[in-house]
Amino acid sequence: MRAAALPAWRANLATIGALVSRARNELVRVPGAAIPGVLAPTIFFLGLNGVFGALTELRGFTTESYESFVVAVSMLQGAGFAGAAAGVNLARDMEQGRVDRLLVSPAPRWVLLAGIVVSSSARALVPATAVLGVALALGAQWPGIDGLLVAYGMVVAMAAVAACWATMLALRFKSQSAAPLMQVGTLAVILATTAYAPLALLQGWLHEVARINPVTQVVDAARQGFVGGVNWAETLSGVVAAAALLAILGALALREMRRTAA
Amino acid sequence: MSTATGALSLNLRVVHSLGMRSIRQTFRRPQLMAPIVLIPTLLLAIQTGGAGSAVNLPGFPPVQSFLQFMLAGAMMQALMLAGNSGGIAMAVDIEMGFTDRLFAAPISRFTVVLGRLAGTAALGLFSALWFLAIGLAFGAKIESGVAGALIAIVLVTASALAVGGIGAAIALRTGTASVVQGLFPLIFVVLFLSSSFFPQELMIEPAKTIAAYNPVSFIVDGIRGPMISGIAGSDLLAAVLAIGALIALGLWASARALRHRLRVG
Repeated sequence: MRAAALPAWRANLATIGALVSRARNELVRVPGAAIPGVLAPTIFFLGLNGVFGALTELRGFTTESYESFVVAVSMLQGAGFAGAAAGVNLARDMEQGRVDRLLVSPAPRWVLLAGIVVSSSARALVPATAVLGVALALGAQWPGIDGLLVAYGMVVAMAAVAACWATMLALRFKSQSAAPLMQVGTLAVILATTAYAPLALLQGWLHEVARINPVTQVVDAARQGFVGGVNWAETLSGVVAAAALLAILGALALREMRRTAA
Repeated sequence: MSTATGALSLNLRVVHSLGMRSIRQTFRRPQLMAPIVLIPTLLLAIQTGGAGSAVNLPGFPPVQSFLQFMLAGAMMQALMLAGNSGGIAMAVDIEMGFTDRLFAAPISRFTVVLGRLAGTAALGLFSALWFLAIGLAFGAKIESGVAGALIAIVLVTASALAVGGIGAAIALRTGTASVVQGLFPLIFVVLFLSSSFFPQELMIEPAKTIAAYNPVSFIVDGIRGPMISGIAGSDLLAAVLAIGALIALGLWASARALRHRLRVG
């Protein structure tokens, strides 16, 4: 009775809050489930650093510290995995019939999507912080408060983008079998950027793809504090690219959600 | 004599049937196939473009291209993931009770393990052919020619069998797919701490020192040698010994785990 008296915007916020709480409970009650999401980007960070660290000796490399160069990429990878996990969890819920119950509720579809996206963005802070801690312990440059805020902003945005992508696939395939597509898709789009080296040192197809891949702007914006100082033009490019990706993939995910019948 | 021959023939038929089932299962399930083909191919493409300038570093071995250097690493990655996928599939069989039905059948119990390993070895063969085809399609030369390619195929297939044995042992011991799946990140740790993706001499410490003793480095160097230069007896011998040791370890651990599984049910 009391819920019915709430204004629509407050009811929507309450629904988003409930979905975020549910995701948080999953994390708190089954902490082991979060380990792969933290471990994978941390291993990639340590591995890339150990294997490709000598690349900084190449002429044209923009920093002498490879830890500083790749830390933002690994933070964004963690965000990508967090977004993909949202899709996998949604597919699991569909297989178990839980999504049907959500779909027959009076909550608008965009509210359900927002709940998933906000949960992923919040969840992405965990691996990002773990990777950052390891990187700083190994000698990565402190990005400054402004650099840190921009990096975390990009992590949150990337997780939202990845969650929209994974949600779209989960709703389309309605099966956890689509998990590799969700994970590999986000991994590919983050690595097909200046992830390994500055644009000028990339070769062949990757140079061309990284040049037009909007995620390159997101990676460069997240990285800037670690390899120099925050440049507001670069930050704006990252924000615009992330917003555009979120608008496009969010619209596609919402369309898929509206097509899904209870 | 005829009884022994008959038993051998029966066991071989079982291994063949279970091996074929394992291959079909992998090709039908995207979650098993993606790690073997999709992820190594994606990383090969990205690392070739992203770190390709590394061939200009002082001390980098003379190679035609970074792709030529990376092919062995991609094969190593694919075969290790194939071993893990085989372990996951075996654990799923245990969880669903399929393995119990096989154990109740009048066949040698170890053929159940060997069938899975045969399937994993076949997937290793597939990954060797896949990456050779990709390398050749994108202009990488196999310096030792057909002999070099054959050596790579044999080493990759045998390595898949070796890694598959370890995956099967863990699956039999734990009987839980999620535990075997949890080894996925560990595979990347082992790969990153080897010379799979970069020359060991140019890696950063402590990865450089660990890679010098990692058996995966011996195997990958044995596969890579004939591709980027010539067939070196010492590299090949080191690879064969490393693979042999891993096969022995995998079979021993599988046999022990099988006994444990039969005891606990």
